[in-house]
Amino acid sequence: MKKIKVGIIGTGNIGSDLLIKIIRSPYLECGIFTGQNPDSEGILRAKKLGVKTSFESIRAIEKNPKCCEIVFDATSAKGHLYNAPILKKLKKFVIDMTPSRIGKMCVPSLNLESSLKENNINMVSCGGQATTPIAKAIMKINPNTQYIEIVSSISSKSAGIGTRNNIDEYTQTTSEALVYFSGVKKAKAIVNLNPADPPILMHNTIYAQIKNPKIDLTTKEIKKVVKKIQQYVPGYKLVLEPVYDNGRLTTMIEVIGRGDFLPIYAGNLDIINCAAIAVAEEYARRKLKIKKHEIK
Amino acid sequence: MKSNNREVLIVDSTLRDGSHAMKHQFTVQDIVQYARGAELAGTKILMVGHGNGLGASSLQLGLSLVSDKEMLVAAKKQLKKTQLGAFLIPGFGTIKNDIEPAIVDYGVDVIMVACHCTEANITRQHIQYATKKNIKTYGVLMMSHMISAEELLVQAKLMEEYGVAGVLLMDSAGTYLPKDVSEKVSTLVKGLKVDVGFHAHNNLGMAVANSLIAVESGANILDACSRGLGAGAGNCQLEVIAAVLNKVGIKTGLDLYQLMNNSENIIAKLMKAPIEINDITLTSGLAGVFSGFAPHAKKAAIKFGIDVHDLLIELGKRKIIGGQEDIIIDVANFLKQKKEFKDEDYQIESLL
Repeated sequence: MKKIKVGIIGTGNIGSDLLIKIIRSPYLECGIFTGQNPDSEGILRAKKLGVKTSFESIRAIEKNPKCCEIVFDATSAKGHLYNAPILKKLKKFVIDMTPSRIGKMCVPSLNLESSLKENNINMVSCGGQATTPIAKAIMKINPNTQYIEIVSSISSKSAGIGTRNNIDEYTQTTSEALVYFSGVKKAKAIVNLNPADPPILMHNTIYAQIKNPKIDLTTKEIKKVVKKIQQYVPGYKLVLEPVYDNGRLTTMIEVIGRGDFLPIYAGNLDIINCAAIAVAEEYARRKLKIKKHEIK
Repeated sequence: MKSNNREVLIVDSTLRDGSHAMKHQFTVQDIVQYARGAELAGTKILMVGHGNGLGASSLQLGLSLVSDKEMLVAAKKQLKKTQLGAFLIPGFGTIKNDIEPAIVDYGVDVIMVACHCTEANITRQHIQYATKKNIKTYGVLMMSHMISAEELLVQAKLMEEYGVAGVLLMDSAGTYLPKDVSEKVSTLVKGLKVDVGFHAHNNLGMAVANSLIAVESGANILDACSRGLGAGAGNCQLEVIAAVLNKVGIKTGLDLYQLMNNSENIIAKLMKAPIEINDITLTSGLAGVFSGFAPHAKKAAIKFGIDVHDLLIELGKRKIIGGQEDIIIDVANFLKQKKEFKDEDYQIESLL
């Protein structure tokens, strides 16, 4: 069967994990895996997998635009600022994994359909992928929610240098996504890197300040949302159903990774990549005129 | 010990770490009153803000009664010679929302950028931003008991490379004994070109002694709080360490009587409860748990009907770090469900 070709710029944790997911995909194949360092572990690994590689970063795609139709940019916010206009000129469908915020924010369970109409979409952040659908569920049932705050704890081992150098952009983008998707007036995002060994699983706490929340209905809605996300992130789990005290509703989500590139503790890596692949596969299915398989 | 003519910089963190003991409820009046006293005492740097720093007022850690802005502006008005300091942990606050306004609009003179002791490379952006603005910037490695002296040096060197004026080690869990302090501080003193500092907690009753050991090991910055006001069993008591250093002939430039006056007539009067080592803070010191966890653990233990000591020890075992206050609920829930757990697994003795 014909597959749609994709390119990956950036050969770190995110890029390497995307590659494995693409190799497994029935609709996608990797046309180019490109970074800056010819000796990087990512490049060497990709070569062993028989994937075409380059160390000329985006130049590889400029030189041979036919190598891919979809481009995942897994460099950095700064990197994407440089890459975005070039990819636009080349008319690529761009899935931006960095917190650059150039394109429209995309969380597949919330706005897959409209995202497919864009030419550059931004995958927000791992914390954003994990928590914005829950925030939206809380707001849907309790429109009087005054404030939402999320805390994502991720293992140090799963936070690459990109995340570390962009930690401000990460929290900023996540809090803006919470407001954008849920409609809450005020939101805050916190991220913790935990070095414990063995590494901790990705853990997310969502707090909401609400007067008289409808707890049962909220729980029901959240469970519905969790099921929807599990269609593309199999390790997404509700670990604490909403509890309420002192004006504060608390609920917790854990994400167990698929263990593709990094072990299962790296649920943070997995969720943002699973979300990106969900978008790319839907794009590919439409191109290939394969029956719709939308996330219900 | 080379004590002749040595001077130690004592940073006053009463209005920062002390915020934990006040459940982040300092009023503007408290801040004004104490800042005035600190100025009179000849304080070099007065840290002000939420216990976890700029942008940390949250449901996760506790909401401040007064915003960062109001606190810093109120303090700044009282200060002439004393420099105003702010604290920030990347992941909680950001440059755009917090550091920039603190420097540009509220007149902060000193910034401390802190992180868990293994994660120094998340502080690069913030340290470089502040130093570029010609702000004196210190790096802080929290929960420093969790890694070896050599590993701490690697992290401290990163901060040095980013441009800090000094690196402070925090004994956030109050679990250090003197030998730990001397080993870690002297390793940093030998390995770094910039100043080295120490921030003690008193969970094992060692805060003042450990601070003295730190100075004897070559540290020339100490973090201290009036009356020991701080998270857990409190910090190194400012007026006491000033007196002790005075006794051994080390200069601090502080007016001891004024420090005592501030402690007695300002802090003692606004404290919610005396700063003491109780069963909870002692257990958390033994378990190596972040001092700020005590009130959260107490609440969670009551809510889930479990023993608070078991909860603290389990948190220590799981190596939960400062900032992960949400996990306390998770672990409390876990302990409640794990009804059949064996008591001997959770004995304090196992930690000694």
